[in-house]
Amino acid sequence: MHGWREDRVDPVRPVDVAEVTAAVKDLCITANYDLPVDVYEALEAAAETEESPVGREVLAQLIENADIAAADRVPICQDTGLAVVFADVGQDVHLVGGDFEEAVHEGVRRGYIDGYLRKSAAEEPAHARRNTTDNTPAIIHTSIVPGDRVRLTVMPKGGGAENMSSLNMLKPSQGWAGMADAVVETVSRAGSNPCPPVIIGVGIGGTIDMVTVLAKKALLRDVGSTHSDPRLAGLEDELLERINALGIGPQGLGGTVTALDVFIEEMPCHIASMPMAVNVQCHAQRHKTVEL
Amino acid sequence: MAAKKITTPLTDEVVRDLRAGDAVEITGVVYQARDAAHKRLVALIEAGEDLPFELAGAVVYYMGPSPAKPGNVIGSAGPTTSGRMDAYAPLLMRHGLKGMIGKGLRTAEVKQAMQDEGAVYLAATGGAGALLAKRIVGNEVIAYPELGAEAIARLEVVDFPAIVVNDCHGGDLYEEGRAEYAREV
Repeated sequence: MHGWREDRVDPVRPVDVAEVTAAVKDLCITANYDLPVDVYEALEAAAETEESPVGREVLAQLIENADIAAADRVPICQDTGLAVVFADVGQDVHLVGGDFEEAVHEGVRRGYIDGYLRKSAAEEPAHARRNTTDNTPAIIHTSIVPGDRVRLTVMPKGGGAENMSSLNMLKPSQGWAGMADAVVETVSRAGSNPCPPVIIGVGIGGTIDMVTVLAKKALLRDVGSTHSDPRLAGLEDELLERINALGIGPQGLGGTVTALDVFIEEMPCHIASMPMAVNVQCHAQRHKTVEL
Repeated sequence: MAAKKITTPLTDEVVRDLRAGDAVEITGVVYQARDAAHKRLVALIEAGEDLPFELAGAVVYYMGPSPAKPGNVIGSAGPTTSGRMDAYAPLLMRHGLKGMIGKGLRTAEVKQAMQDEGAVYLAATGGAGALLAKRIVGNEVIAYPELGAEAIARLEVVDFPAIVVNDCHGGDLYEEGRAEYAREV
């Protein structure tokens, strides 16, 4: 065989899908009980800068709420979301012991039942809207990546903020100005509904399907982090300033902190298109990652 | 901010005294009901049948809790987005509903019904479900247990914190608060 060497070590590493199930279960529970440190610190910083007394009171409640959830091991919010799962699977991994996607669903099932998390999945959405009773199916985004590890991220996504998100198929002639207006308009229209202070994920480019995934992946960034591309970092700052000038404030009761951060992810698109998606996230920006 | 202490069921006098922007602490019984429960309540009213609880003076809490851990009264219990109940709220107000606790914007029709019928809309802090659960001391499912988190429950609350968003005089904190802090960039 071309290129074969006798001394070559078999690069394929087996990973039992039972490990995937156990990890996803754990991630579902800890993501819902423990607010990430970056979000917690952003709420503390917001409580310092917020000009509205009512807004400061709301932020103080949110910090106390995170403390109670972590100490009592209960969910930060009763809407423990649909389980959005990002799986980066190394191409040198051999998944053994069963069906990978079923293993993820089983992890969600066990996490939501054993962790006393709310089951918020409804089947036959247009008619019966029956609760599936175990919060499955998970929303799974799998990528094949270099390496021999499996990186799993669970992001519980609540309905209130997701409902305020938008998909915008803009004209290239509208340029950045049109795009920025559409982002700000999405947040403005949402008002108090998505539980501000919000975190905004913006996807730019790709296709109608890919742009929404970009927007969701953007939400995985740490609050307060700066984009590695200085051009996009500048656009993020511009959007954050405009959003916080809307006056919506914490819980929409008026104030100067409407968003904690704005994250952009972009990729090339068709010459005729300018897709842009805004994924709105509430202040309970929950996500946890593990590597197997 | 000193909170006004109010008890349920709400009287017309108490409702008239509340103004957009007031902080309140609610003590008494509130009824947990969200999407599916509202659909059923409205169907009962339209069919002329009895409701599972007395609407006169009642306060509903738009909320579907997470499951209670053993030994706890309730799981996390913060408000859900009220706008999904807008289609049902005016009819309930016409049948005596005096208070709604939730979060998020209401339609012009709902706000008008609050003025016409004398009712109040209160915002609890969305995403503070662990904290708000501490103010709920009693929890009994009284209708539609098959709906799980969407069942109707009779909740006993003590000093439950909320802020008046829409009063019965046309005041609207979402509009007024936003206008106060909006600025040009």
